[in-house]
Amino acid sequence: MIAETGLIALWLAAALALLQFGLGAIGLRAQREDYYAAIRPVAVAQGLFVSLSFLLLIWLFLRSDMSVKLVVMNSASVKPLLYKFAGTWGNHEGSMLLWVTVMGLAGAFIALFERSLKTRTLVATLAAQAFISLGFYAFLLVSSNPFERMFPVPADGQGLNPLLQDPGLAFHPPTLYFGYVGLSVAFSFAVGAMITRDVGADFAKAMRPWVLGAWIFLTLGITAGSYWAYYELGWGGWWFWDPVENASLMPWLAATALLHSVTVLATRDSLRAWTLMLAVVAFSMSMIGTFLVRSGILTSVHAFAVDPERGSFILALLAIYIGGAMALFALRVGTVKEGKRFELVSREGALVANNLLLSVILALVFIGTLYPLLVEAVTGDKLSVGPPYFNLATGPLALMLVAVMAAGPLLRWRRDNPKALLNRISIPILIAAAALFALALFTTGMSFLALLGLSLAAGVAVASFAPLWKRNLRRTPLHTYGMVIAHFGIAVALVGMACESSFTEERLVAAQPGDEIVVNQWKLEFEAIEPMAGPNWTALEARMTAQYGDGAVHEITPQNRMFAAAQTQTSEAALLTRWNGQLYVVLGDGDSEGRWQIRVWWKPFVPLIWYGGILVAFGGFLAMVGRLRRGYKQRKQREYAEATL
Amino acid sequence: MKAKHQRLTLVLLAVVALIGAGLLAAYALQDQASYFYTPSDIAEQKPEAGAAIRLGGMVENGSIQRSADGVTVQFIVQDAGARQKVTYTGITPDLFVEGSGVVADGRLDAKGMFVAETLLAKHDENYIPRELEGIDMTSGKHKTETLVQ
Repeated sequence: MIAETGLIALWLAAALALLQFGLGAIGLRAQREDYYAAIRPVAVAQGLFVSLSFLLLIWLFLRSDMSVKLVVMNSASVKPLLYKFAGTWGNHEGSMLLWVTVMGLAGAFIALFERSLKTRTLVATLAAQAFISLGFYAFLLVSSNPFERMFPVPADGQGLNPLLQDPGLAFHPPTLYFGYVGLSVAFSFAVGAMITRDVGADFAKAMRPWVLGAWIFLTLGITAGSYWAYYELGWGGWWFWDPVENASLMPWLAATALLHSVTVLATRDSLRAWTLMLAVVAFSMSMIGTFLVRSGILTSVHAFAVDPERGSFILALLAIYIGGAMALFALRVGTVKEGKRFELVSREGALVANNLLLSVILALVFIGTLYPLLVEAVTGDKLSVGPPYFNLATGPLALMLVAVMAAGPLLRWRRDNPKALLNRISIPILIAAAALFALALFTTGMSFLALLGLSLAAGVAVASFAPLWKRNLRRTPLHTYGMVIAHFGIAVALVGMACESSFTEERLVAAQPGDEIVVNQWKLEFEAIEPMAGPNWTALEARMTAQYGDGAVHEITPQNRMFAAAQTQTSEAALLTRWNGQLYVVLGDGDSEGRWQIRVWWKPFVPLIWYGGILVAFGGFLAMVGRLRRGYKQRKQREYAEATL
Repeated sequence: MKAKHQRLTLVLLAVVALIGAGLLAAYALQDQASYFYTPSDIAEQKPEAGAAIRLGGMVENGSIQRSADGVTVQFIVQDAGARQKVTYTGITPDLFVEGSGVVADGRLDAKGMFVAETLLAKHDENYIPRELEGIDMTSGKHKTETLVQ
């Protein structure tokens, strides 16, 4: 009965979405105030029903109901509870249900909490949100019903892909989805504002917290995904330019650009059409990313088996939504009024540079990701585009972007003096130059890009705090602190990336128990190989000790796991973190002479990459809280003023 | 500068930036995109030694040989028509076994040996590397079996 209830709830939610769209579309046309009033509760109800449906699916997974096909295909009764829970969205149908759930919840949140938007624009926004949801409801109900029953009922399920059986999985996909789908709100806002011709500073102020929220989730999701790939795949890398990773990076790049342009629109009422365009592009990237991942058309370590029906369904949805929004943009861009003007050297100018650079990087990643598909479709040649292309194409631009990031916040709005800027930024430039000089003198074998990146990071780390210089720290608004911390986080991550690529040391040996492996200051003793058993796997575990210099001796145990249900192996790397880096040990296969392949990396300062990502997200969080608080206060003041009049 | 002009300048800037991105991408792709080869492709038209390519096929049964250093492995990748020798130094991926699909990134050396820098094996039962799809790697043997069933 649970599965049937879930399916009914899903149908009801879809019907409510249709009602929500109809109320909005007809209401706006007929200017019916009563329709405007009705749309909010409908949006909330839709959010509730779709959440109910998703909760029921989780319940089915938790109790391992083997009469439901999805549970059979992706779960097993002997599996830790966490992975039964996380397995709900570790598959196609479940993750699409998560997608519409987040969309429905976002709609409900807009209906409940959005108070600063004009009523008509809000109604148009909710109608747009419902229209997008409808496509995904249709997709779920027609071609990927998660509640499908199976008969005869099998004794047990097939288990979850072992690579996905990791605590990281429990949080990584939902976080990313909150980000992806959060951008649908920006999309709907833009569509709503275009329909009611209400594009201006107030609209931007209303949209900004939503963009920030989605962007925070995306940042966290990408950071977590990168760390997950780093320790779970056992390849020692933290970013592989895998199409699935690119699928999450592209919306982030667009959202980052949007975040900065929406600030220009909110503060200075400039870049109106551009901001609308970015809002459309950002969610389009989310949908394209979903299409790439879910249709399985790309070569990828994550990709699922090819399923043409689903692929074409999502492709059709993409065409409708992106094409529709672009057409609306083309029709209405002429009526979007001219924004305020600014000089080239100004805060706006720097933010335009930021936007252009981000857009170009986005285009490069987009081309590199889709080029192999295009070539194959046209000529039939198969080719792959990998890290050499992406690093070469995007690396220099990313460094330019970081340099602009250091200077931008030190510029005044509207118009500034280049000399004054040089004056304000002189200390960071000196620090960067000193770092460059020192690195060139004392290190060898650093690539030019890494050398530049590391010295730039030193300068930017200092420059990111410059906006606080000579200010009353207690009266500085929270969102300024947010910006400072986010920009500092970028510098921190950049240090980690440059150090990882330049100073990593690696040893690959075939060792017997009793052997010693030396990497940098580390001394590893290989003691023994022992069998191990977990809840649903068996493993070979290498018992080793590791000592850094004369420091404490640590036990480390890299494993090779065999999963019974899927007949699959995964290697579990052993990690040892110190303040100055991370030791990474992978156990490979044994040979007939009793030797085991062991690969050891010493990666100085590599954790800074992810600490930086967390700082960036935290900065975004502070900015969002600051903005929301200020918006709330201003609204209260306005209401008070109106009441006393 | 008039407002109209400002908008025009911004649009032009954006167009120039995107065209620049396209050119940069085209330039980088020319050098860095690696073409996918099957052993038959290599036998037919040998790529230049040292050019980055991607090789895909099936690991031939009985062909995996581990070297004395314990970390280098040599094997043969085959498809229906040809065989290609491959050498790889490193920990082989979890599902790297004889008779299973593999994709290797690397280069041909002067002697015609494929030196792999990375190996990708089939990750799970559902996952097939895109390039391996539609390639008949078992000389039609499986097909006949399916037909008989």
